[in-house]
Amino acid sequence: MTQPVLSVRDLRVEFVTRRGILKAIDGISFDIAKGEVLGVVGESGAGKSVTGSAVIGLIDPPGRIAGGEVLLSGMRIDNLPPEEMRRVRGKRIGMIFQDPLTSLNPLYRVSEQLIETIRTHTNLSASGARKRAIDLLAEVGIPAPERRIDSYPHEFSGGMRQRVVIALALCAEPELIIADEPTTALDVSVQAQIISLLKRLGREHGTAIMLVTHDMGVIAETADRVAVMYAGRIAEIGPVRDVVQNPLHPYAKGLMGAIPSLESDTDRLVQIPGSMPRLSAIPPGCPFNPRCPYVFDRCRVERPEPIQHSEHRVACHLYDQSSAPSEAVA
Amino acid sequence: MFAFVIRRALQAIGVLLAVGIISFAMFRFAGDPVNQIVSLDTPAAEREQVRRSLGLDDPVPVQFARYLARAVQGEFGVSYQFRQPVSDLLAERMPATLELAFCATLFAIGFGVLMGVYSGLKRDSFLAKVFQTISLIGISLPTFLIGILLIYLFSVILGWLPSFGRGDTVRLGWWSTGLLTASGWKALIMPSITLGLFQMTLIMRIVRAEMLEVLRTDYIKFARARGLSTRAIHFGHALKNTLVPVITIVGLQFGSVIAFAIITETVFQWPGMGLLFVQAVQNVDIPIMAAYLMLVALIFVLINLAVDILYTIVDPRLRTSIRQPA
Repeated sequence: MTQPVLSVRDLRVEFVTRRGILKAIDGISFDIAKGEVLGVVGESGAGKSVTGSAVIGLIDPPGRIAGGEVLLSGMRIDNLPPEEMRRVRGKRIGMIFQDPLTSLNPLYRVSEQLIETIRTHTNLSASGARKRAIDLLAEVGIPAPERRIDSYPHEFSGGMRQRVVIALALCAEPELIIADEPTTALDVSVQAQIISLLKRLGREHGTAIMLVTHDMGVIAETADRVAVMYAGRIAEIGPVRDVVQNPLHPYAKGLMGAIPSLESDTDRLVQIPGSMPRLSAIPPGCPFNPRCPYVFDRCRVERPEPIQHSEHRVACHLYDQSSAPSEAVA
Repeated sequence: MFAFVIRRALQAIGVLLAVGIISFAMFRFAGDPVNQIVSLDTPAAEREQVRRSLGLDDPVPVQFARYLARAVQGEFGVSYQFRQPVSDLLAERMPATLELAFCATLFAIGFGVLMGVYSGLKRDSFLAKVFQTISLIGISLPTFLIGILLIYLFSVILGWLPSFGRGDTVRLGWWSTGLLTASGWKALIMPSITLGLFQMTLIMRIVRAEMLEVLRTDYIKFARARGLSTRAIHFGHALKNTLVPVITIVGLQFGSVIAFAIITETVFQWPGMGLLFVQAVQNVDIPIMAAYLMLVALIFVLINLAVDILYTIVDPRLRTSIRQPA
């Protein structure tokens, strides 16, 4: 098997606060292969965005990486000195943020921002960088790029600005793109365009994409594999088809049950009772145990480790053959 | 853009007219001008003749119109105490004040922006806390006290710098400058610091607050995610976004620096317009006071106009909104 582009091993992220240390990410592991799209879903506060920031090395204090490893094409990057990490950012990992209206510096022309980024990471001359910038804008689908390139961000619509943001993330042909809720701030019709753009770019350049979102529809459309996060841990990870149609983890089941479907005639959507625990009050054992309909004694004391189950990996005691009450797995 | 400038210019004319009325009113209500000119034992007939010859028997609106017409041509009458045209007196004193105000503002911008950026970026460092303390002193100590303290330290104790005057000046046409001689420069240091200290602390505090604000924005995070150098992010992307409020303050303060150089000029016996104004107040020299009022108003109005135009250069979003007024 070829080496994965991104490999995260037992990553832990902590926030040091006055009231103690909060574990935002508590030991997660996953790989993303070349050209693969990994969707990361979960409720707000599950640690999706923090995972993305941790990979690119942009966790703001008081947050810090407390343990584990991040490997980019086999090279460890979580412990690089700041200046070397800066050179990895933008060049080997691109990042796309949620709100295209605020991601671009309002005082600089799009051309200035593109050329600055290109020249930071390559040896291109000013005119060469400009040519590349125009090509990039054309590639992300901006009409008449040679004319539009000298516009200011406020002269573009939201969807066009997100295309510019994507072009900026692509400047140095990174191996990995982290897209943090790239469509949340956009109109539904524009969302579909941006998603198909991301998919196409990933396919054509062989870029690995980590797609962070809480929109299951986007994941189902785009991702090859999906990781379901809950309270700073990965509850379940597997091929997107399997996880959507046949989720194993009770939380994933609840999440998929909350997707309205046009085919089946459901009156009420399934809800997961309760809400995700705050970081300061994560229960012992499995963090999902207070909300889980299948909870049994072991869940309250022992933290479940990820278990391989067909093509999924799931962190749930129900699937541990040695312990699960046999009647529980439906 | 053109329409915008015209609109602003019309507003400026409105402001100047209002100030003109006030300065004209000073002549009317600060005693009878004829009494200021003639001696106590002048016969009444002669007084009437003076009054007629000066046009003071015309209706007030006519006099006001005449006053404005002369003011536009730079004629503000003759100083009571110096018996010279006020415009000559002001022109003679103006270079001193403008040079002082210019150096003070440069000092304020240079140090204010540097210290502000530094304490915005490293707000927990020791030096940043020192800057904060200095700024507190600069804001709370009155100007004359700072001037006197500087004189005491550098002129009386150390004897490095002159305590008063402009030093040697060189005439370039009608402009006399102290910037071309060593003694002129030495004389300029302390008044500039005294005059600029308050502005410097103000600029520093604003730049610091704005930097903290801007560094939290998404576009700075995105710039970091693109791997731009720290230098480019801090001084290109962040600093430029702090400039709009800084320009406002610097612009308005430059007007104040000129107008309120009075105190600094008095402390350092700086031969500028402020000192002239103080003498005029002491001697009820109304033509000088009126002209000074008009001049300061004109400077404020021009600076405001310049600030508005500068905004549009810094922030492209304002250009669009000016082109298509909402």
